Amino acid sequence: MMAIWLTENSKIIVQGMTGSEGMKHSRRMLAAGAQVVGGVNARKAGTSVDFDGTNLPVFGTVAEAMAETGADVSVVFVPPKFTKDAAIEAIDAEIPLAVVITEGMPVHDTAVFWAHAGAKGDKTRIIGPNCPGIASPGKSNAGIIPADITTPGRIGLVSKSGTLTYQMMYELRDIGFSTCVGIGGDPIIGTTHIDALQAFQDDPETDAIVMIGEIGGDAEERAAAYVEKNVTKPVVGYVAGFTAPEGKTMGHAGAIVSGSAGTAQAKKEALEKVGVRVGKTPSETAVLMREIMKNL
Amino acid sequence: MDLFEHQAKELFAEYGVPVPTGKVAHTPQEARAIAEELFSAGGKKVVVKAQVKTGGRGKAGGVKLADNADEAEDLAGRILGMDIKGHTVHKVLIEEGSAIAQEYYFSFLLDRANRTFLSICSVEGGVEIEEVPHDRLALVPISPLEGVDRARARAIAEQGRLPEEALDGAAELIERLWAVFIDEDATLVEVNPLILTADGQVKALDGKVTLDDNAGFRQEHDKLEDKAATDPLEAAAKAKDLNYVKLDGTVGIIGNGAGLVMSTLDVVSYAGEDFGGQKPANFLDIGGGASAEVMADSLEIVLSDADVKSVFVNVFGGITACDAVANGIVTAYKLLAERGETVNRPLVVRLDGNNAELGREILSDAALPGVERVDTMDEAAKRAAELAAAGA
Repeated sequence: MMAIWLTENSKIIVQGMTGSEGMKHSRRMLAAGAQVVGGVNARKAGTSVDFDGTNLPVFGTVAEAMAETGADVSVVFVPPKFTKDAAIEAIDAEIPLAVVITEGMPVHDTAVFWAHAGAKGDKTRIIGPNCPGIASPGKSNAGIIPADITTPGRIGLVSKSGTLTYQMMYELRDIGFSTCVGIGGDPIIGTTHIDALQAFQDDPETDAIVMIGEIGGDAEERAAAYVEKNVTKPVVGYVAGFTAPEGKTMGHAGAIVSGSAGTAQAKKEALEKVGVRVGKTPSETAVLMREIMKNL
Repeated sequence: MDLFEHQAKELFAEYGVPVPTGKVAHTPQEARAIAEELFSAGGKKVVVKAQVKTGGRGKAGGVKLADNADEAEDLAGRILGMDIKGHTVHKVLIEEGSAIAQEYYFSFLLDRANRTFLSICSVEGGVEIEEVPHDRLALVPISPLEGVDRARARAIAEQGRLPEEALDGAAELIERLWAVFIDEDATLVEVNPLILTADGQVKALDGKVTLDDNAGFRQEHDKLEDKAATDPLEAAAKAKDLNYVKLDGTVGIIGNGAGLVMSTLDVVSYAGEDFGGQKPANFLDIGGGASAEVMADSLEIVLSDADVKSVFVNVFGGITACDAVANGIVTAYKLLAERGETVNRPLVVRLDGNNAELGREILSDAALPGVERVDTMDEAAKRAAELAAAGA
């Protein structure tokens, strides 16, 4: 079976592997069967870390780690004030995929590393920041998505929210997923709903797509326009935040309704207009997907 | 965080952006004293402006001109305490009146769609930007790598079709606003109107600034926070590092992950329709960890809201499995008892995900008073709404 962006052959390095979050999740990724091949920390270069018998080397730079291990994915766990530099290092090393987990990054820093990636010719796909990462069940796991809540299958999932990703993976665990991508809820993010929709549309092993959005911005509306023109596979949607009051930020830095813009209702209507069935609750959304998979 | 107009202008002034002379008054007497100063410095008129973080102040009668200090005092007395779109006016800005020749619009902001910065400039200002025809607005993308120098600033003003006589002044002002935007980690810097005065100066007559809360570690934005307007429960939650937003319903909400909690608010609102319109009392995201201490702190905050009649704890066990969450709840009850708090309202707990069965058993065995286990999100929301209605 295939997957998007992350497969059983992906070789993962962890920027910030020696920190507490980095350690914890490197161990979890390894347990999920991911090929984690090393870590990066300039101050601890040359040392190694033991993960229940798997000894992983720590390199001074991303470029060095790639040269030594053949890594093609980096997962970034460094604190917010160092994240911009870490992302730029990954971009400069031209690693194909950088997954930025860090929560609480200033949006100016994200804007800078995104522009930097563009200036370097977009050689690095960036997922995040402030996201749970990407998991291709049964194959690999880059980030903090719990691997054991679902099974491999043929649904593709893209979501702004971490726990709603997990909730959906769990509700549809008997059907299973090709790849689940948590793109994060910040105002500026690397990979968007549209990028994931496109990849799932092109992936021969994905049959249908669940798209989870939330209030703020107009990413869901733009995704709807994209679906209308480019996606032939069935898409089911869910949007969180119907009852969120205007002007209050709901947890994610990007989740705020300002004036008439960014409401869940507007997003739902935009999606339904192009034939995406939108669930009222997460469980209703799972039921809609279940029907689609049964009738395929 | 949004700033008040006077805070935005104080910030502008620090960066050398020309703004009218003025000061904030909290009472009519203070307003009078400031007006007297402005008149004795040669001012012909003063403006009394309500300080609220919302638009449409002028239409609501929150912006008035005064010809003398008596009038300024009287106007301040009428504007203070006024309600503008749900915002109470606690302070007014008393400013020298400006001789306006022309009004323009300018802003720097985030362009989410294109994942970059954007500037908007127009020769038409002083009205809601949404009302300006699109062909009269210049939308100029700004690369975060290149920024805005004087020449670029001038080009933006030209694209906005500002007249020749305003270009030098506008270019200088725009360059300095860029410094505000970058150095302060702002996500919005808006000047509407940007004015050309009768004597040829370009000034920021209004100011709207939004700062990025994530930049706290390298900024001193705390001092700009409006402590008076912050809900006391939100302040208490912030002190405990909890992501809490006060809402106006009766069902307390505790959940993990921003998306799931937002979704919980929706599901509770839908369920509440069948129980006399019960609604969520708050947003509270406890994040991934869900430790006993965080759970105890969360329960304490939610229960200290007297409007709360029932609490819905909605946790998906991912990285932190459900047994750990269940143990967290049990320990939280002990911690609360040690703090002298009693959980005196019903709690509906829904645990799903990793080790859900184990977690549910732990909760059942602990038999905490007032705790009910409901295993699906929709059913649990219904039960929480029902209990809130019964307790109201």
